[in-house]
Parts: sequence; C-alpha cells; structure tokens
Amino acid sequence: MTEFSQFRPRTVYVIYIAATPEKVWQALTDPAFTRQYFFGFAVEVEPQVGGVFRLKTPDGKVHVEGEVVDWQPPRRFASTWRVEGLPGYGDLPECLVSYDIEVSGEAVKLTMIESHSWDVPDAILEGGRIGWPKILSSIKSVLETGRAVAMKMEGPPPGMTEAVRQALIEKPWMR
Amino acid sequence: MTKPVFVYVTYIAAPPERVWEALTKPELSEKFWFGYRVTADGNPGARMTAIDPAGKQVHDDPIIESDPPRKLVYGWKSLYKDLPDERPSRVTFLLEPLKDQTRLTVTHDDFDEGSRMFEMISKGWPAVLSSLKSFLETGRGLAATWGEEERRRAGQA
Repeated sequence: MTEFSQFRPRTVYVIYIAATPEKVWQALTDPAFTRQYFFGFAVEVEPQVGGVFRLKTPDGKVHVEGEVVDWQPPRRFASTWRVEGLPGYGDLPECLVSYDIEVSGEAVKLTMIESHSWDVPDAILEGGRIGWPKILSSIKSVLETGRAVAMKMEGPPPGMTEAVRQALIEKPWMR
Repeated sequence: MTKPVFVYVTYIAAPPERVWEALTKPELSEKFWFGYRVTADGNPGARMTAIDPAGKQVHDDPIIESDPPRKLVYGWKSLYKDLPDERPSRVTFLLEPLKDQTRLTVTHDDFDEGSRMFEMISKGWPAVLSSLKSFLETGRGLAATWGEEERRRAGQA
C-alpha cells in the first residue's frame, strides 16, 4: 500500500460546470463520456478503494494504470497513475490524481489535483500542465453543450521525455 | 523566494474575436462576470474600468497593451476599501486561435511576495473564466457563489 502522506500537490486546476455532481461524476468514471473529452481514451475503473483504474487508447492499449485510492460518489474520486503508454514513463514513481466535486450555487466546482511523492522537475510536470486544461475544458463543454472542444493529443512537450530519461538514471526519489 | 504568478488556460469553442468582445465590452461582461460591467476596449493609455452590480466603480486601471483580438494587458488594483491595500498588479490575456476555437491564457502577476490579493484572484479567475466559457458556448454565464459573496460585499461598501 502506498503511503500518501508524503505526496504534495504540484498541479491544481479548478473549473466550474453547469451540471449536477452526479453528471460530473459520470463524466469522470464512464468510458462513454471519457472517450468524448479525453483524447478518445476510455476509462475503466473498479468501483471500490483498491480497485484497478485504467485509461485505454482508442485501439485498446493501456495508456495509464493505477489503483483507486478514494471512491465517494458523487463527491471525490482519487487514483494513482502510472503512464504505461510511453516508453520509460511507467518506471517513474506513481503520481496521485484526485477529483473533488462540490456544489457551488447552481453549478459544480470541480478541482483536479495532481500530487507527487518526489521533487518532480518542471519539465515532467509540464505534460500535465498542458494536458489538464484541455481535458477539463472539454469535460465542461461535453456536459454543458454535448460537444467536446476539438483538439488532438500532441504527445509529450519538448524536454519531457529527456527529463524522464534523466530521472530514471538519477532516481532522485531514492535519496 | 519567488513572487507569485497565477496562470490559467482554458479552451473555448468560439473564435478569438468573440472572446475579445466579451472581455472588453461592459454589455457582454455583465452577462458572465457576475454582473460586473468591465470596459477595456481602449488603446494603450486608456483605462480599464469596472462597475459592480451595485453601481460602484471598483476598477480604474491603465490599459498597458491592446492588440485585438490577440493580446490585452491591463493593471489591476481593486478600489474596494475592505480589500488588501496593495500596489497594482498586472493581468495579461493571450488569445490564440485553434481552428474556430480559442486557447485563452490568463496570467496575473507582478504581485509582492505574500500578497493577499494573489490568494483572492487565484480563487476568482477560475470562476470568471468558467462563466465566460459557458456564456460563449451556451449563451448563459454561471451563477457562482463567488459572485454572491462579491455582491454582498459590494452592497456593504
């Protein structure tokens, strides 16, 4: 069992959505929804703490794999993430991604927090910092208009893969 | 020690021209900016002004850069008397076209270390920009609790 007390939030994104908490929960956990806004990826989640969490590419390959850490529909969903779909990335320590869903007036406040157990360099955090605004903007559009914001996955930003390679050599989390 | 910088990126299914209008014209801003009438369509040297829903002027800041519909920079100092009295900070809007959509990047910086205003705007911008996106995509802004708090304070001012 992973010890989460040493994980620190490194990327936080807040977005308000005109929808019910139940619809936002469904959008996060139902593959029919994630395919629309998450670069075509299908979420696969065993609905309990300790269950398997996966994101699969449109051709069925596992891109992200992890474990459900918190499962409180429709308030909070958290899981660990290991990126298995890119060479080397899966050997990094897993990160933690949590979604908090709160009612805010007639809307819902959705807070995504990406946390890490080690001092991750900015070059590696940049992947999420580019990706999350796309994903979370698109989830809002899907829920409010029925249409995703059109965008394609661009692959890792410049310098990220090199930073991952360097981290795997130096293993700063072992210190 | 580093000075705080707030950055928020959002993708909006509307062209930059419409995003620009919404950010600079008071008759549009009041529909998503929780009732605030924000005027920012002048050239550099002109003023960005904001009137709250109670009719009180809450901003009178310089427009620093204006390149419609790509880039807008203005100063930021709230005139509410019960807010922290800090020197002006700076807001930059970058509008990048993506087909018929816009990637909007809002950077709010030039704060002193430990700024309390920074904490407030960090909570405010996600609500305002979420509401902007809803307004442009659905015709209807959001009614966030953040706006209600602001309105209560405005009523007391």
